[in-house]
Amino acid sequence: MVLEAVLSGFVLALFAPWIYKVGRGAAGWILALLPIGIFIYFATFVPPVAEGETFVFAQTWVPSIDISLSFNVDGLSLLFAMIISGVGALVIIYAGGYLAHDRDINRFYVYILMFMASMLGVVLSDNVITIFIFWELTSITSFMLIGYYHEKPESRTAALQALLVTGAGGLALMAGLVMMALVGGSWEISELLNRGDVITGSSLYVPILILVLAGAFTKSAQFPFHFWLPNAMAAPTPVSTYLHSATMVKAGIYLMARFSPALGGTQTWTVVVTSFGAVTMLLAAHMAWQKKDLKQILAYSTVSALGILTMLLGVGTHAALEAALVFLVVHSMYKGGLFMVAGAVDHEAGTRDIALLSGLRKAMPITGAAAVLAGLSMSGIPPFFGFVGKELIYESTTEFDMSAILLTVFAFLTNGLTITAALLVAHKPFFGSKLSAPKHPHEAPLTMWLGPVTLGTLGLLFGLLAGWVGEFLIAPAVSAVQHHQTEVHLALWHGFSMILLLSLVTIAFGVLVYWKHEVLGRWFAPSNVISKWGPEQWYFWSLDGMLGFGRWQTRLLQSGYLRNYLLIIIFSTVGLGLYTLSKYNVFSQNTIFRPIDVTSYEFMFMALIVASAFVVTQVRSRLAAVAALGVVGYGVAIIFVLDGAPDLAMTQFSIETLSVILLVLVLYRLPRFIQFSRSRPKKITEITAALAGGGFMALLVLLVTALPAQSRLAPYFAENSYKLAHGHNVVNVILVDFRGFDTMGEITVLGIAAVGVFGLLKLRLDKTRQTDTPPDVLTTQHQSADVFPVMEREQS
Amino acid sequence: MEVLLAVVVGILYAAGFYMIMRRSIVKLILGLGLLGHASNMFIFTIGRVMRGNPPVMPHGHDVLTQPYADPLPQAFILTAIVIGFGVQAFATVLVKRAYQTVGTDDFDQMISTDQP
Amino acid sequence: MTSVILSTATRYMLPLLLLFSVFLLLRGHSEPGGGFVGGLVAAASFAFYAFAYNVKQARRALRINPRVFIGVGLLIAVSSATYSLFLGKSFMTGIWTETEFPVFGAIGTPFIFDVGVYLVVLGVILTIVFSLAEGEQ
Repeated sequence: MVLEAVLSGFVLALFAPWIYKVGRGAAGWILALLPIGIFIYFATFVPPVAEGETFVFAQTWVPSIDISLSFNVDGLSLLFAMIISGVGALVIIYAGGYLAHDRDINRFYVYILMFMASMLGVVLSDNVITIFIFWELTSITSFMLIGYYHEKPESRTAALQALLVTGAGGLALMAGLVMMALVGGSWEISELLNRGDVITGSSLYVPILILVLAGAFTKSAQFPFHFWLPNAMAAPTPVSTYLHSATMVKAGIYLMARFSPALGGTQTWTVVVTSFGAVTMLLAAHMAWQKKDLKQILAYSTVSALGILTMLLGVGTHAALEAALVFLVVHSMYKGGLFMVAGAVDHEAGTRDIALLSGLRKAMPITGAAAVLAGLSMSGIPPFFGFVGKELIYESTTEFDMSAILLTVFAFLTNGLTITAALLVAHKPFFGSKLSAPKHPHEAPLTMWLGPVTLGTLGLLFGLLAGWVGEFLIAPAVSAVQHHQTEVHLALWHGFSMILLLSLVTIAFGVLVYWKHEVLGRWFAPSNVISKWGPEQWYFWSLDGMLGFGRWQTRLLQSGYLRNYLLIIIFSTVGLGLYTLSKYNVFSQNTIFRPIDVTSYEFMFMALIVASAFVVTQVRSRLAAVAALGVVGYGVAIIFVLDGAPDLAMTQFSIETLSVILLVLVLYRLPRFIQFSRSRPKKITEITAALAGGGFMALLVLLVTALPAQSRLAPYFAENSYKLAHGHNVVNVILVDFRGFDTMGEITVLGIAAVGVFGLLKLRLDKTRQTDTPPDVLTTQHQSADVFPVMEREQS
Repeated sequence: MEVLLAVVVGILYAAGFYMIMRRSIVKLILGLGLLGHASNMFIFTIGRVMRGNPPVMPHGHDVLTQPYADPLPQAFILTAIVIGFGVQAFATVLVKRAYQTVGTDDFDQMISTDQP
Repeated sequence: MTSVILSTATRYMLPLLLLFSVFLLLRGHSEPGGGFVGGLVAAASFAFYAFAYNVKQARRALRINPRVFIGVGLLIAVSSATYSLFLGKSFMTGIWTETEFPVFGAIGTPFIFDVGVYLVVLGVILTIVFSLAEGEQ
């Protein structure tokens, strides 16, 4: 069943364009039925999972290499699956309104459904290889979604950047996962989690950890890989909502949470993961409040939230994991909602620049209300669920046993600046006495406010029902991450404590920064110059470096002169071959100096072949060269006759005859050999290369024939060709029976060659274009090269 | 016998390599032909040479008895000969068309596709 | 290129060579020969004919466009290979008749496959040779 739930997204994606054709405006609603169904299906797992059960569904896929389509539903994957399907449904409905007038909307539906399915695959897979495949599928579908507005260069750049960064991380992840599977001795994730001791105790632990974290950090936009996420805002807002706040960027978080029983709990893990998370959360929070674009503010605050989650997973105590999972749910709800609000504002008011917006609540009351709900949850104001999350974060940082004070200060600054960001997004555009926007704003349609209102209300409801949420959703997830059954008691009110005081001070700090944000922004502006040399610049430098290297080696190796290629090929083959041979010490006396038993007529024919080959290279007349080549062929045929290969001899004789006819037919019309001048050193190099290549091949023959003959196939054919295939001629039996499949391929190739010849000869190009150069496939120049000569001719 | 065949193979290869490094495209085709013969002989020789014992069983027998020449390289070469002809025909026609279109049979003048 | 000797010889050679090629094809399974050689010999006979007379007359002697042979040959080869699928065996399993025929012995799908090879080779070579020769005349 889980397999079907995961794959259904791919299947529906196939039919999405058709459904759009039929359903038009209602397509979003129709397609959203699938994620709603998946959501309900997973919701039925909540009670048993809360009881401590886990469900495993296994389906063999490639049994020979232990790849299975096995899925595991436990607290952690269930929580993620419900976020993915729930937010997915709202986003698809939202996109139906947001992209209503976009001609490519059916493409959007295809991509987003495929993405949803891949994402479900990531969080549910229980096999190392399967999780990697789904992981890469999310990278690919997100590439297509970010590049949705493919006419815009910045969209294409951002899409490529996201693909390269997350794709590189994905490769590292694969290496890490394979190493982990080999060390742990299983390809099933649930098995690996039982063998944490073996993995953390192994000498490969540090490389495994680095590789897996490289995958997680790139996907979840941790410093220094964070830059792709703000750039990915070039995508349409539904994509940003879904991929870049609620789901895909959390895949890295999921990965770290999933594997923390296997990889976590060590000093290395705590130090590395916590410090990367802490740096990311503060740096990004600091970037967020300085931005003017709604989506940029949200993007940086998302990076910051991902930093918080990473930091909490690094700390790894019970309180920290509780905080992480609560904050994960909180963040998905408020950030998803705010992205949708930002999209609605952009759509209805014509800009996302907060400096140009104010007083929108009068024109867009429902969107405004949703923004306020989400903003309050983001700021951590009671009784919203965000408040619970923030309390728990402080609880875990103040108990951190390495450096509680430093981490708490980081968390304090981050939370404060998060509140500033929340105010900038939810307060600035909607409040203020004067209504201001570039175009006359009006309320967004139902499709576009349904999502933010639902998510905002849920943020409030979860806060009020914190105890229930803790028991049914958070506790099973924490149990899964800790890998043993545990309990979670969430409450809004913890009594008066240090932490409550800290929360109050945080709010005051955040409001203060918001109040003075314009002044402070000018104050900090010069410091942003540093980002010119920041990680994004490193990305561009390495990209430029790679392209530069490509150009350099192309210029070096691809000169356009055939003989240069050949020289490189021949000399490197001979060099590498001789090196390998000498390494294995295969040369011995009797390799080369062996008794030569040869009859006089054999010697005669061999001499004839050699002499004719020499004539081919030296003769000036074309016909003489063709004739000499024919003699070589007949000589080879006679060798076949003498040495027990009558079939070969017959074939060689007929082919040689035909090929002489062919060459005479064609070469007759081609020019005589012109003795092109060639400088002496060049000629010497070429002769040397030819002799080296020939000598090397002769040496190979000598080496192989010096070994005792032991064909393992020949006896089988000799034994069975009559018994199994009713044939006395073993060669023919091999051709039409034992290896008949090869022959089938071969005659197909022959047919294609004939069609190719026919096409080249008979299907002449347009007469006027006969002298055109053939098009160059690699560059776009060919268009102009094709067009210009014709135009010139028309003028003259 | 094999030693001499090795020499023949080497010379055929050397001649083929030499021919495909010439500037004339016609020589390229002849070179390809030589390389084809060279490769067939190469496979044939490393499959061991067995004078006068074709892998064909006499009538009435239902197994092939020793000594016999290895049938597998022969099957390979048989298809290689025919395929080689197809490739040679295609290359020949391609060269012919290239000559007609570009107006030269000098490889050194075919290095770029830009209009002269 | 018209020589009386060549053209007269070719006229009598053509049926003989064709007969020889069919002979090679039929005996291929038990003696040296087979579809490849048979097809080549048949193709060579028509190529000589085109040389001695001209392509037009060779095409007339052949009656069928050589390209048709390529398609028909491939079709025969593939059908002979798929036949075993219908009997519930894997692709390309050789299926043989129970009874032995006077001249051929038992007939099996590998033989039919060889007939396909014969036709493809004949078609390919003649397509190439005819198109080239027509281009030059």
